[in-house]
Amino acid sequence: MSTSRTATLAGSLVTLGVLTAISMRATQKSKGSPKKRDDAPDYTHKKPDAGNTLIGRSVTIRKPREEVFRFWREFSHLPQFMENVESVHKEGGFTVWKIKGPAGCNVRLVCRVTDEREGELIAWSSVEGSDVRTEGCVTFTDAPGDRGTRVSLTVQYDPPAGEIGRFIAKLFLREPAIQARHDLKRLKMLLETGEIATSARLRSQTRAAQKENSR
Amino acid sequence: MKALTWHGTRDVRVENVDDPEIINPRDAILKVTSTAICGSDLHLYDGVIPGVKSGDVLGHEFMGEVVETGRDSTLKNGQRVVVPFTISCGACFHCQIQQYSCCENSNPVEKQDMSATLYGHPMSGLFGYSHLTGGYSGGQAEYVRVPFSDVGPIVVPDHLDDDDVLFLSDILPTGWMGAENAEIQPDDTVAVWGCGPVGLFAIQSARLMGASCVIAIDHYPHRLELARQLGAEAVDFRTTNVREALMEMSGGIGVDAVIDAVGMEAHGFAPDNLLDHAKQKVGIGADRAHALRQALLAVRPGGRVSIPGVYGGMADKFPIGAMMEKALQVRTGQTHVQRYSHDLLEKIEQGELDTTFLISHRLPLEDAARGYRCFHDDQNEWTKVVLKPGMTSTQEKSS
Repeated sequence: MSTSRTATLAGSLVTLGVLTAISMRATQKSKGSPKKRDDAPDYTHKKPDAGNTLIGRSVTIRKPREEVFRFWREFSHLPQFMENVESVHKEGGFTVWKIKGPAGCNVRLVCRVTDEREGELIAWSSVEGSDVRTEGCVTFTDAPGDRGTRVSLTVQYDPPAGEIGRFIAKLFLREPAIQARHDLKRLKMLLETGEIATSARLRSQTRAAQKENSR
Repeated sequence: MKALTWHGTRDVRVENVDDPEIINPRDAILKVTSTAICGSDLHLYDGVIPGVKSGDVLGHEFMGEVVETGRDSTLKNGQRVVVPFTISCGACFHCQIQQYSCCENSNPVEKQDMSATLYGHPMSGLFGYSHLTGGYSGGQAEYVRVPFSDVGPIVVPDHLDDDDVLFLSDILPTGWMGAENAEIQPDDTVAVWGCGPVGLFAIQSARLMGASCVIAIDHYPHRLELARQLGAEAVDFRTTNVREALMEMSGGIGVDAVIDAVGMEAHGFAPDNLLDHAKQKVGIGADRAHALRQALLAVRPGGRVSIPGVYGGMADKFPIGAMMEKALQVRTGQTHVQRYSHDLLEKIEQGELDTTFLISHRLPLEDAARGYRCFHDDQNEWTKVVLKPGMTSTQEKSS
């Protein structure tokens, strides 16, 4: 049980994305941190700062920024491309995420939007009543030329059981960075082509059908 | 339905599998009328392409009749279409600039990791060609599901036979792009390694583009004869020193452009190829790049190198020095089929391109396993195999 639960938590978090970027940057500044080594995003450093579990991933989607922003802002759309997210619904001023993991283990997250700039950024954070602590931020910027919109997701989370938790999660292919990449690519497919590619020959073999059946 | 399935190295079988269904809105289902075995299918047959699973339906050269369409397909039931082997969404950045074989959206997300690790970026989806390229069921079957059917398939007129247009699916545009990538100028001398179907179409295309001399290199007499019939001069690498011959036949200059239509399973007993054989056998992902090495040394300084032949892994003893010091231009890639479909169909209709001369055998789908074996073992006589679902064994003909 603890194994599958750990995997679930890590995987789930991914999708959730989470916040971090902003709070981290703020922290760094207040500490008067040393000058950044280069201009690459923090999460591409070979040795991530100890203790922080920060992941980030970008994708460029050939659609106008407003359209991509609005699609994401309607959180109930997220389960369409986030594999582990079963449902997202509003409860008062919060959104409640139901996330699914292996062995039928569910995780509940209650999030509030901590920052929002129309067409540019959405940040959120888990609050009390959540099974896991996590924060996320997604930014939307114009890509050069007619390439569309650059969507960058950063997520910070408390790894369920530290390094071991991440190792186990990796075995389940639910390691957050991989999950984030997969989820963003599904979003790209959905917005650019109107569908998510599958090589299944039968409807019952698609991941969507399997997700539906396993509920 | 009946379909040709892969079960291991040199083990393919015709079996009953589930019929395909419409899954996504832009899908269509075809009833296959003709499908060919490609030289690159032999790389799967030989087990040198990673990511093929037991039970996979092979086949990426096919055409047929539309029998079912999804909500957003632009095809109509009853239309005859040829389908590009590259699956392309038509909407992403690469498709918009006509780099269809680099489509970002056709390889399912969960299949992208393997090619992304191998190549730095994921490959696009291809029909019937391993899970590196999506694991899509191929067209060597009675029916096939065609995703993005509003982008790839080209409707063909009734007065053209299947044999006239089938090769629009792969080898004709692949040979054409092979010649185009060599940026052939009038008066050029061009050398083509490999007189399989892609090499033969590259020869035909190079001639049409104005090359004054095309030299074909192979070791099968029948294939060299086909090249001669297309106007090429033949060089048999078993009996002739290829580089010396190319220098002499180009007046001591070296050939202006070279086209490697061989790829990762080069034949011959050159020392580098024997070493490559050993490495490929032990499965360390090494390609047999003898033809390409020779081409890089044979091309004149400032010349052009085009590689339509398929490579999948790593090549060592690669003459990078020759490439740089001689200021060579190199172009390669899976074919952007959709870029060429309409123009090439027009050339077929106008009789500018002959597409049927290389078909040596037409077999019922049920005989596909024999087709693979003979195409692999007797490459001199078996130049191209077309499978016809629904054909009975008594109708089998070899031209």
